[in-house]
Amino acid sequence: MKGGSNVTPALAAEMGLSAEEFARVESILGRTPNLTELGVFSAMWSEHCSYKSSKVWLKTLPTEGPRVICGPGENAGVVDIGDGDAVVFKIESHNHPSFIEPYQGAATGVGGILRDVFTMGARPIAILNSLRFGSPDHPKTRHLVSGVVAGIGGYGNCVGVPTVGGECQFHPSYNGNILVNAMCVGLARADRIFYSAASGAGNPVIYVGAKTGRDGIHGATMASAEFDDSAAEKRPTVQVGDPFTEKLLIEACLELMAGDAIVAIQDMGAAGLTSSAVEMAGKGGLGIELDLDRVPTRETGMIPYEIMLSESQERMLMVLRPGSEPEARRVFEKWELDFAVIGHVTETGRLILKMHGELAADIPVGPLVTEAPLYNRPTQARLKPAEIDVSALPTRDPLDCLKKLLACPDLASKRWIWERYDHLVMGNTVKRPGGDAAVVRVNDSGKALVLSTDCTPRYVRADPETGGMQAIAESWRNLCAVGATPLALTDNMNFGNPEKPEIMAEFAGAIAGMRAACLALDYPVVSGNVSLYNETSGSAILPTPVIGGVGLIADAAKAVDLALKREGNALILLGATKGHLGASLYLREIEGREDGAPPFVDLAAEKRNGDFVRGLIESELVTACHDISDGGLLVAIAEMAMAGDKGVALEALPAGNAGLFGEDQGRYLIETASPDAILDAAQKAGIPAQRIGTVGGSALTLPSGDAISVPELISINEAWLPAYMAGG
Amino acid sequence: MKAAVIIFPGSNRERDVCTALKRASGKDPAIVWHGDTELPAADLIVLPGGFAYGDYLRCGAMAAHSPIMREVKARAAKGTPVLGICNGFQVLTEAGMLPGALLANRTLSFVCRDVYLRVETSQTMFTCGYETGQAIRVPVAHGEGNYTADPATLDRLEGEGRVAFRYCSAEGELTDEGNFNGSARSIAGILNETRTVLGMMPHPENVTDPLLGGTDGQGLFDGIVSALQ
Repeated sequence: MKGGSNVTPALAAEMGLSAEEFARVESILGRTPNLTELGVFSAMWSEHCSYKSSKVWLKTLPTEGPRVICGPGENAGVVDIGDGDAVVFKIESHNHPSFIEPYQGAATGVGGILRDVFTMGARPIAILNSLRFGSPDHPKTRHLVSGVVAGIGGYGNCVGVPTVGGECQFHPSYNGNILVNAMCVGLARADRIFYSAASGAGNPVIYVGAKTGRDGIHGATMASAEFDDSAAEKRPTVQVGDPFTEKLLIEACLELMAGDAIVAIQDMGAAGLTSSAVEMAGKGGLGIELDLDRVPTRETGMIPYEIMLSESQERMLMVLRPGSEPEARRVFEKWELDFAVIGHVTETGRLILKMHGELAADIPVGPLVTEAPLYNRPTQARLKPAEIDVSALPTRDPLDCLKKLLACPDLASKRWIWERYDHLVMGNTVKRPGGDAAVVRVNDSGKALVLSTDCTPRYVRADPETGGMQAIAESWRNLCAVGATPLALTDNMNFGNPEKPEIMAEFAGAIAGMRAACLALDYPVVSGNVSLYNETSGSAILPTPVIGGVGLIADAAKAVDLALKREGNALILLGATKGHLGASLYLREIEGREDGAPPFVDLAAEKRNGDFVRGLIESELVTACHDISDGGLLVAIAEMAMAGDKGVALEALPAGNAGLFGEDQGRYLIETASPDAILDAAQKAGIPAQRIGTVGGSALTLPSGDAISVPELISINEAWLPAYMAGG
Repeated sequence: MKAAVIIFPGSNRERDVCTALKRASGKDPAIVWHGDTELPAADLIVLPGGFAYGDYLRCGAMAAHSPIMREVKARAAKGTPVLGICNGFQVLTEAGMLPGALLANRTLSFVCRDVYLRVETSQTMFTCGYETGQAIRVPVAHGEGNYTADPATLDRLEGEGRVAFRYCSAEGELTDEGNFNGSARSIAGILNETRTVLGMMPHPENVTDPLLGGTDGQGLFDGIVSALQ
């Protein structure tokens, strides 16, 4: 095996390998790598594939629990939901590609996360997303929103998996780096989960799905670098999605998985054939030999480097039981997909690639995986912000503030977005988008999964540890507000350049806060994704650890939503209100300030209040429930009124705009026909609770007598996004 | 009542319609692969929603030439009822089994939400579970549901009582706002000359369970079962 004469440290640097990393490659091989080998190392050691900057922190997160079947490290996490069923889920980012080419970037983000889930033997039953765009005033934002939403819809609608929930916010820090995180949730039998570790030397390695083209070459490396003004030149590294092929691939894989032909399976995601082959061999402690002449290609003259690094979509790699090739071929040909035996498992522990009868690469898999660089990068936390002086804020009319908040981009209705997604296909959507969490029934069992995505990046920037804690707590609270028992979560860590100590400190701080909250709330992390280098021309995004939460409710019919239901019912506020305005939406949207410390997260109170609310819903004492988050109490009341198209006469409220718009944590609003029973129970449980109003009429009326009609609130809240998207 | 549901590559609402059919009839429908050339004995043939062949070329265009469609046409000609929902409606127009075509929605975007439909005639085997003039709430989920045909065809459809459903307001009025996708004369569903083939864009199969946001679609399936028994 000869090294490539043109392979130099400079070329390695272009592919994202440092001089030290390149030296390590040479030491592992005992020679200079050729181009293909350099490409393999560069992709596998990219931040995206190796987690080299984040691993030391990620491994501190709690990942186990009585229901966890499979935690991080596989294609997706697996959690037991009883009756022999398991939920399989993961969230993943497609940030960089979506900024460069929003439609295809977002579409292939959905495609990739679907494959992560059905690779494990699960039928995808729900998609969620978490989106962050730049300032609405930025010239690119409208185009990016339009393309990303069309891409998510175009893919999800066609494959026939409902997009049931998500979030979408705007902030100038995302002007040059939008975030597109997609989450997929699937359903499998707990004893029929498929894993990626290859086994059985001599077993055939099979390529199925779409053909390999020159698209997306080195996408994983692109996703591991900062952007500059030449980002658009990277368009050729964005893949092109074909949801129709994905739909066929889902059906074909699940059909074959019903039998016993498959030994191991891995989708070809980031770093394509390279990472799938290396991961299967690495996890199995074996080698893999591939004949690249047999890889189905859609272009002629592709060289080994291109075949190994292509990120063409809708492809899978499988190890089959010997002799089952004819059965597998029949299934894939029925679904009109490519099927090729491209190699076999070996005992050599080496990745051997051959093409045109020549050796194209020979790499020891063990060192490629275990000797991947691992960095404990320096951290330097920013100074913690001072508390703001609430008494110094101007006095403002609360209803004017409410109107401004309901019309602001972050709180404005996102109906324009979710009506572009098929959220009903598969016929199990119990609660549609627009609430605290989506509710998706598990077939005919009567139970349902409760799903949400959450993050409040401004809190994480102000104080990473509190912000990380709050992201977990809010996710947990959203599931409780529907009546579910939170099971586990998947996290998508979107941060800036980890080589900058203040960014690494944000990451480390957020993880510390998340860890504390996961432990306190019995809410383990079972899968996740890290997206670093979200910077353009040196400017980083707000740190955004997105939490995808999954809960379970035994009786789907008992799930509640936030819509007020009946005249005469009481509205109760649960949890303590102190009037915390630091880092709040009120401060940003009304006062034009983004300073202050985020609200304190009392994990014990969070747990107690959430468990209490879940019990009330289980006892059918609750007709509607809503967690209080962005915008505070008055915004949450208005959201309940708008969802039910019913008024509320408010009788007693916490004092001042700090009381109305403060973002104190651990609070819920409850509509009930039995207020006395709830207030008694709360008192016994030591939970602050007060009746604040009565449902009725068609206006939201303050204790002062000032009122605003609910239809007017609805029109304000619904107007912003359609008007924005129609503009320009 | 035994139904047969045709699956094309890219069909995706077959489970939804099978659930609704089973709820109404008590029987699991037969599933028939598009590449098959033989249809089992069936009292009703259903073309479900989805993106047959990815909707590449034109919605429903390639599916209309699938091997099984020859048999579907032959059975329809002998009087076996055929129900096409959403993509199924698009396939029926492409196959020439119903007149007209379905263009992109006037907003040029996919729309998934509840809409109201006015039942234009209860005098068919598909709509006999409803009252004529009744407004029902049913979801849509499509990007190309804007029905169009030449004026003579539209006049004929109306004159022969072959318009099954129109988009309307919650009160059953024909309004521009209610006709969200811009369909000619607010048409949401039409019948063939013998009133044994129905194509419709909305999804009655997704509102047959009170837990899932409504039951206004149940009347269609109950009506079919009672008419065929």
